[in-house]
Amino acid sequence: MIDLLNGFATVLQPINLVFAALGVTIGTLVGVLPGIGPALTIALLLPITFNFDDPTGAFIMFAGIYYGAMYGGSTTSILLNTPGESASVATAIEGHLMARRGRARAALATSAIGSFVAGLISTVLLAFVAKPIGDLAVKFQAADYFALAVLAMVSVTALLGASLVRGLISLVLGLFLGLVGLDQVTGQTRFTFGAPVLTEGIGITIVIVGLFAIGEVLYVASRVRTGHDTIEPLEKARLRTGYMSREDWSRSWRPWLRGAAIGFPFGALPAGGAEVPTFLSYTFEKRRAERAGRDDFGRGAIEGVAGPEAANNASFSGVLVPLLTLGLPTSATAAVMLAAFQIFNLQPGPQLFQTSSELVWALIASLFVGNVLLLVLNLPLIQIWVKVLLVPRPLLYGGILVLATLGVYSLSGNVLQVFIAYGVGVLGYFMRRHDFPIAPVILGVILGPMMETQLRRALVISDGNFGAIVSRPLTLVILALAVLSLLLPYAPGVLGRLRGRRTEAKKLVFSDED
Amino acid sequence: MKPSLIAVITAFAVSACGQFTDTSGGGGGSSTFPSRNLEIMAPAAAGGGWDLTARSMQSALKDEKIVDKSIEVSNVVGAGGATGLAQLLSKGQGDPHQWMVTGLVMIGAAERAKNNTDLTKTTPIATLTAEAEAIVVRADSKYQNIKQLVDDFKANPAAIKWGGGSAGGSDHLVVAVLAKAAGADVKKIQYVGYSGGGEAKAGILSGDVTAGVSGVSEFKANIQAGQMRLLAVTSPAGKEGAPSLKESGYDAELMNWRCVVAGPGLSEADRTAVVNTVDKMHNSAKWKEALAKQGWEDFYKKDSEAKDFIAAETKRIKDLVKELGLS
Repeated sequence: MIDLLNGFATVLQPINLVFAALGVTIGTLVGVLPGIGPALTIALLLPITFNFDDPTGAFIMFAGIYYGAMYGGSTTSILLNTPGESASVATAIEGHLMARRGRARAALATSAIGSFVAGLISTVLLAFVAKPIGDLAVKFQAADYFALAVLAMVSVTALLGASLVRGLISLVLGLFLGLVGLDQVTGQTRFTFGAPVLTEGIGITIVIVGLFAIGEVLYVASRVRTGHDTIEPLEKARLRTGYMSREDWSRSWRPWLRGAAIGFPFGALPAGGAEVPTFLSYTFEKRRAERAGRDDFGRGAIEGVAGPEAANNASFSGVLVPLLTLGLPTSATAAVMLAAFQIFNLQPGPQLFQTSSELVWALIASLFVGNVLLLVLNLPLIQIWVKVLLVPRPLLYGGILVLATLGVYSLSGNVLQVFIAYGVGVLGYFMRRHDFPIAPVILGVILGPMMETQLRRALVISDGNFGAIVSRPLTLVILALAVLSLLLPYAPGVLGRLRGRRTEAKKLVFSDED
Repeated sequence: MKPSLIAVITAFAVSACGQFTDTSGGGGGSSTFPSRNLEIMAPAAAGGGWDLTARSMQSALKDEKIVDKSIEVSNVVGAGGATGLAQLLSKGQGDPHQWMVTGLVMIGAAERAKNNTDLTKTTPIATLTAEAEAIVVRADSKYQNIKQLVDDFKANPAAIKWGGGSAGGSDHLVVAVLAKAAGADVKKIQYVGYSGGGEAKAGILSGDVTAGVSGVSEFKANIQAGQMRLLAVTSPAGKEGAPSLKESGYDAELMNWRCVVAGPGLSEADRTAVVNTVDKMHNSAKWKEALAKQGWEDFYKKDSEAKDFIAAETKRIKDLVKELGLS
C-alpha cells in the first residue's frame, strides 16, 4: 500500500502528469486512425523515449497512449463501423447500430465510462493479486491453450449471426486467411505463392482495415446515392443523467462489471490479449438479453457496447500481470512495452518488483491517473466526436479511405500490403452486399492460428499422441466446458422430450438470474 | 549501352547540371563520403535488437560528431529481414550512404525467402556485437548439468523437447549445432518454436518443453529468481556461472552476432571511408556506453575480416538450415 502511495507521489509530479495527458491525447488521436492501434503507436514513439533519462516518464506516457488509443479505436468503431484493431471489433457490432439509430452519444458514453470502471477495477486487481495470478498463468501448457481456443471458438458462436451457414462460411474464410505465411512449427511457407511479402502472413490489422474500413467505404459508396442508407438524426444532446438515460445506466453497469471480470483473467494468460475476452463478453451479454426475452441485439443494444469495452480495458491490466511478474508479453502492446523496458536496461521478471519497485508502482499508479484523465478528456469530447456524423458522407468516407490507406502503408511501409488490404476490402463489400457477417472472419484469423499452433505444439511434446489433449485435469475441464457450452442451449428441448412432454424448442441460455 | 555512350551522357549531365557530384565514386578515385544524409536501415520492427543497434549507432555517430550530415534510421519489416536485404541489394547499389544493421538471423531468413540473396552479396563493413545463447531447464528438472541432458538426448533424441524462438532462428540453430557436436541425429530434434523469447519462457516454466534456448539476457531474471537453471552457454568461454558447450566437451559454438553492411558495388575508396567512419564510431565513448547499457558484448571485426567471417558463417548456417530440413 505504501508502495502504491509512493507510486502516486511519483506520477502526480507535474512533469509526469504532462506525460500522462500527452499520452492520452496522442493515443486518442492516433487510435482514431484505422489500422493504427496502441502497439504501433507505442512502437512509433519508442525511438523518442530513447533519449529520456528516466524511464518512469516514458512508461507513464505509454500507459496513457494505450488507454487513449483503445478509446479512440472504439470511437471510430461506434461512429463509422471502422474498428482499427481486433479489440474493438466486438464493440463495432452493436455500437455502430446504436449510432445509426441516433444513439451515438450514449454508445460513446457507456464505452468511456465502462472503460474507466473496468480500468479501475482491474488496476486494483493488478496491484494486489499480480503475484498469484502470474504464478497461475504459467501452469497453462500447450494442450490447455488448445482447449481454451476450442472453448472460445464454440462459445462465441453468437457472433455467427442469424444464418448459421453464412456465419460458418465467414469463419472458414477467416481460418483460411490465418493459414497464409510461415508455419510456426516447421518454418515452411504456406499459400505464399513464392511472394516474400506473404511470408509474414496477412496481418490481422490488414484484414480488419480491409474488411471494415475499406469494405464499409465501398458499401456506403454503392448505396449513398440510391437512398437505401438512412441514418436517424442524433437524439437530444443532454439528459439530466449525462449522455445516458436512466435506463442506459441501469442496463450498462452490470455489463461493465462482467466485462471487467472476463477481461482481466484472459489478459493475464500468456496467449491472452483483448480479442477473446471482448468477443466472449459480447456473446455473454447477447445470450443474457435473449434469455430475458429482449431482442434488441442486432438493433443496437447498449449491453453489447458496455460489456466488450469494459473487457477490453480490463484485459490491459491483465496483460501487465505476466509482463511485470514473469517478463512474458502476451499481446502486441506488451511485446512493445517489453522492448521499452529493455531499452532502459530493465529486465521484467520475477525480480522487477524488488529491483525496480519504484518504477513498477509508478506504472501502476499511472494506470489510475491515465484512466481518470481519459474520462475527463473524453466525456466532453463526445460532443465533438458525434459531429463527425454530420459530415457529408462522400467526404467522410473519402477521408476514411485515405486514412485507411495511410494506416496500412505506415504499418508495413510496403505498397503490396495496401493492395492486399484493398483486395480484402472488395471481399468485405461483397460480404456486406450478400449479408455475410464480418466478425466471424476476424474470429477465424485470431483463433485459427492459435488453435493450430497450440495443438501441434502439444502433439510435438507428446510424440504425436492425441491422448495428451485429455490427459491433464485442467485440459479436460476446459474441454468439458466447451462441450457444455455447445450442448447446453439444446438441453431443455432434449430433456423435455425425454420426459415425454411437449415443449417448445426453446434454447436455454445461462440459467442464473443476475 | 556502349561505354562511349555512357561517357557522352555523363559528360552531358555534368555540363548541364554544373554542380554534379559523383557519389558512386567510380573506380579508384577519392571518396566524397559523406556527401548527403546517411540512412541506417534496421530490417525489423522498432524496439528489436537490430533496431536498437541502428539507433545506438545513430546517436554515437551524431553525438561524437563523426558524421556531420544528418542520420536517419528506418525500419523495413518483412520476411524475417529478407525484405530489407532485398531492398538494400536493389536500391543501395554502389551507394555508401545506405547501411543496414543485420546479423546471424538474416542468414536463415534469406535462405527461407528463396530469392537467391544472402549477406555475402552486400559489402560487409564491420561486425559489432555478439550475444551468447543460453541452454536452461526449469528449476525442478532432473538435469543438473549439460552432460546429463545431452546424454539422454543422444540415447533418445525424440524424448527431449527443446523450446525457443521461431523455427530456423538462432535458438533452433543452437540445438542443431549441439546435436551435430554430440553426434546425435539432427533430423530427430524435437523443437517447439515459440514466437519470441517471452512465449518460450512460458513454455519452459509451464513444463511444456524439457529444455529452453534463447539469448542469455532473456533468461537472466528467471535464473536469478531461481525459476530456471542455466546449464550451458554457447560462447567460447563460460559465463553467468555456467560452462560453455566447448568447456563441457562439445565442439559447438554459436554467437548471435550483429553487423553493419552497405549495398553491393561500393568503390574501393568509398568502402574505406565507410569502414573508417564505423571504426571511429566503435572507438567512441558513446558507443562503449551503449554497449554497457544494453549489455552487448563487443565483437568487432572490420572490412575484410568481417567479410571473411560473414562468408564463413553464411556457409555454415546455410548448411545447418538445409540439414534441419527448413529450406
